[in-house]
Amino acid sequence: MKRNSYRTQMIAFFFLFLAMLLIVVPVGLIIVIIVQKGLPAINWQFLSDIPRQGMRAGGIFPAIVGTVYLVMGAIIFALPIGLLAAIYLSEYSKDNMLTRLIRLAIVNLAGVPSVVYGLFGLALFVVFFKFGASILSGSLTLGIMILPIIITTSREALESVPYSFREVSLSLGASKWQTIRHIVLPNAIPGILTGTILGLGRAAGETAPILFTVAAFYLPQLPSSIFDQAMALPYHLYIISTQVPNVDAKVRYGTAFVLLTLVLFMNLVAVIIRYKFRKKKKW
Amino acid sequence: MRKFKEFIVEKLILICGIASIFFVILIFLFLLKEGLAVFKTVSLFKFLLGKNWYPISEPPQLGILPLILGSLLVTLGAAIISIPIGVGCAVYIAEVAPTQTKEILKAGIELLAAIPSVVLGFIGMVTLVPLVKNVFHLPTGLTALSGSIMLAFMAMPTIVSIAEDALYSVPKSYKEGAFALGATRWQTIHRVMLPAASSGILAAVMLGVGRGIGETMAVMMITGNAAVIPHSILAPVRTLTATIAAEMGEAVVGSEHYFALFAIGIVLFVISFAVNVTADLFLHKRQ
Repeated sequence: MKRNSYRTQMIAFFFLFLAMLLIVVPVGLIIVIIVQKGLPAINWQFLSDIPRQGMRAGGIFPAIVGTVYLVMGAIIFALPIGLLAAIYLSEYSKDNMLTRLIRLAIVNLAGVPSVVYGLFGLALFVVFFKFGASILSGSLTLGIMILPIIITTSREALESVPYSFREVSLSLGASKWQTIRHIVLPNAIPGILTGTILGLGRAAGETAPILFTVAAFYLPQLPSSIFDQAMALPYHLYIISTQVPNVDAKVRYGTAFVLLTLVLFMNLVAVIIRYKFRKKKKW
Repeated sequence: MRKFKEFIVEKLILICGIASIFFVILIFLFLLKEGLAVFKTVSLFKFLLGKNWYPISEPPQLGILPLILGSLLVTLGAAIISIPIGVGCAVYIAEVAPTQTKEILKAGIELLAAIPSVVLGFIGMVTLVPLVKNVFHLPTGLTALSGSIMLAFMAMPTIVSIAEDALYSVPKSYKEGAFALGATRWQTIHRVMLPAASSGILAAVMLGVGRGIGETMAVMMITGNAAVIPHSILAPVRTLTATIAAEMGEAVVGSEHYFALFAIGIVLFVISFAVNVTADLFLHKRQ
């Protein structure tokens, strides 16, 4: 009887182990394939030149620049709103209906399909506000999309500051806002930074929200203002993998490599900040 | 003066606090504003259950049943693959793996969540699609099955991390009680931990699979984009999301086609809203 139940346990654990392998091994393979086939395509020319011969050769410089602009625009919009929203939730909100509604709204905002964000950006920014397909429209759309990430992580960071810190500050005669500004915020900065970088990474990799709000198929010159269209890395990868025939595999893998490296690098930075902060934490 | 400044700051904080509610409503209103116009020409019934999607024929035929079935087929396939593997992996990480391995595995799952969907789509095109084509001897590997496999993979991070959280938050005393009664580790997991965490695991599955319905780029790149009612999982299909992404570029602003694509957006928004609210209820019940 006893031996039987241990045998069952061994079989069960084997299947659980198998389930884990079925996820982890493909992740490893994906990274290996892209690095192995993408890395040889990377050279200075690929990173600094404009696409040539109908995007079959040359570089991806305008796409890199476009993605950097979009991501910066998104964060300029989303960080102040997200941070203040997090301050509201962690410092001011009471356990009432409004707070529950806000929480529910954040959950839903995080769950809206990315292509629906694209539709929304098209309807509101491109058509209604007449910004046209532009960096401005794309940045705002991406900004709203990453808002839930920034709010959730910043809120966690603010809430992890011990309550006694606030009590001491208040007892010294500081006002509520002074306490938040000088005591709570400085102690929460690493956590807020982590959330911001994760948001950046997400914005850099998304394609569907920028499809109709900013992305240009091919633009040889760099955008000169926020009302210009721009190329973007994820859209460029989509275009050269599906819309343009006979693109050299090297160019495709190279683009995928640059995009993946950019996104994973940001995630790595976020993880390192979180890790260091946890180690240094004195409370 | 300082009082006045604080007053302004606190009002600003409140406004930003309710910004999320504002944006959710704004998204829904603008989808309605652009999408409802389609029902001047097609009835809701014909739109949802019409069998033909020929948006640029004259007159346009705007039935999205093939697209709904396409989305359902791909998502259902993904659910069948991802639920056992995802929950199994969560149990492995939470209950079986040694502590050091645990952290590495979690990092691996987070890594998967970070990979942009267009990169996964590209990888699917160069690896999965030829594989499906060769294994089943098909004329093309761009099928619902390829989409299901990729989608299952993309649902994993959500399922694993939320299910693992659910297992983790089961009180330790439950487990200790089971061990004290002489249960093996597997018996404890199977009879005590899984039932205790069931509502959280259910929420994990709903959120993971729900995200699948909304996934766009990877699915568009590997399912073949044929807007016909699918007869087999080995046939090309087109999902709701892919239709919007692929056709909005060509749709003229203000045309029937444009309105219809926004109406599809409404359908997607309503589905994701329902999934998220229900899952949230399950997660709340646990606490």
